[in-house]
Amino acid sequence: MTAAAGRRVLNEYVVPAATLLGVLVLWEGATHALHVPRFVMPPPSAILAAGWEWRYHFIAHTWVTLYETLGGFALSILVGVPLAVLIVYSPALKSALYPLIVLTQSVPKIAIAPVLLLVIGHGEIPKVIVAFLVAFFPVVVDTATGLAATPPELLDLSRAYRASAFKTFLKVRLPMALPFFFAGAKVAITLSVIGAVVGEFVGSDRGLGYVILSATSYWKTELAFSSMILLSLMAIMLFGAVALVERLTCPWLAPGSEE
Amino acid sequence: MIRLDHVEKTYRTRRGDLVHALDDITLEVGENEFVTLVGPSGCGKSTLLKLVSGLVPATQGTIHIRGQAVREPFPDVGFVFQQPVLLPWRSVLDNVLFSVEMLGLDPREYRKPAFDLLELTGLAGFEQRYPRELSGGMQQRVAICRALLPDPSLLLMDEPFGALDAMTREEMSLELLRIWEERRKTILFVTHSIPEAILLADRVVVMTPRPGRIARVLTVDLPRPRTMDLEFDARFKAASDEVRGLIFARRKEQP
Repeated sequence: MTAAAGRRVLNEYVVPAATLLGVLVLWEGATHALHVPRFVMPPPSAILAAGWEWRYHFIAHTWVTLYETLGGFALSILVGVPLAVLIVYSPALKSALYPLIVLTQSVPKIAIAPVLLLVIGHGEIPKVIVAFLVAFFPVVVDTATGLAATPPELLDLSRAYRASAFKTFLKVRLPMALPFFFAGAKVAITLSVIGAVVGEFVGSDRGLGYVILSATSYWKTELAFSSMILLSLMAIMLFGAVALVERLTCPWLAPGSEE
Repeated sequence: MIRLDHVEKTYRTRRGDLVHALDDITLEVGENEFVTLVGPSGCGKSTLLKLVSGLVPATQGTIHIRGQAVREPFPDVGFVFQQPVLLPWRSVLDNVLFSVEMLGLDPREYRKPAFDLLELTGLAGFEQRYPRELSGGMQQRVAICRALLPDPSLLLMDEPFGALDAMTREEMSLELLRIWEERRKTILFVTHSIPEAILLADRVVVMTPRPGRIARVLTVDLPRPRTMDLEFDARFKAASDEVRGLIFARRKEQP
């Protein structure tokens, strides 16, 4: 290993890991030294222990929240992409739909959640819908931007070659929009997690959001913390999964092949 | 091959203003002739190409190609624009095959011709690269290959070397001439550059703006094959002085 490569590993991995470890040690030490009550601020060791003790429960709760998140995300793509296509291809539909879409975004989702739960009832479906409502906006906007980003020369070319509108869509506009779509999807997957948790906060008896809410009401702060950590890990892994799909479907965007 | 009779084009901008882009254009272009259109911005050169290709209808007058009136886009044409506008997700080879694919032909049958074209334009060995791995000049060569692959009888080029640096530009002009010697076709070539217009053309159409009109059609009386050395030829100098005179005389008249 050269000195430069060694310094890079040091900067990119060793320094952040050491910093994190330092913060945890400081946190652990401070809570003991200052006799901070556990319900105010549990030490990392207690959070870890609580998480381990609850591991089987957590699997079930994580599964519920994951299901709600993925459901909301899938719905936001299934609805968002066709909506973007309609907006780009029809100016009339654009003027009809765009204000509506912006309107749904201007209503705070936390305010919709109780109403939705009241109307649809309990179970996972209302949470899926809240997650969808939070997540679909970036999918629509980014995909529409991508579909409209096709250079007019390419559209002229397709028209000159008498290719059908559908063929032009499939071979030119859709792949052109793909990187934009993924930018929206990456935002959507993280928003979807937030939507699912908000839905659980409003009324549920399952899921990681429910665990946070009920743990805090029983003063079990360490349990709430372990649930939060699981939620963040889930969000990071989902984001990574979308990024991975992007890398696999858009290999031409991969860095490093530049000369 | 192409005949334009008293062609006129007026269009409305988004703000609702009427623009008189072309006025009374009458021009005939022969089979396998290389014609360049030169003039300042706003003289309707690009609009003229769009009219000839049938992408945009004329407001007045008629356009015929090989005796047939142009009323809709006709596919026996190749386009090269100022930007290469390649598809970034396709390899160089697949970008070249794009034209035959959009025409509804079987791309597998055109693999060999595509390789030949890439060879002809000095891109052999780059078939599997992505466009962004190539320089601007190489990307424009790919765009030229794409336009040539279906072997159209008409090539419309809209400032194809306008975005390239001066050295690449000269190199590409000579290369285009070399390709054209090998694969004769009718070329309509729009440019801002007077030397480029003269170097390439059999005839130079000098245009003036607002509304776009043909000021004069010059026959370039220089031997082929041409090289950069022609710039020092007295006939070249005379031609470029004449074109410059036509364009700048008008400017003085209309401050």
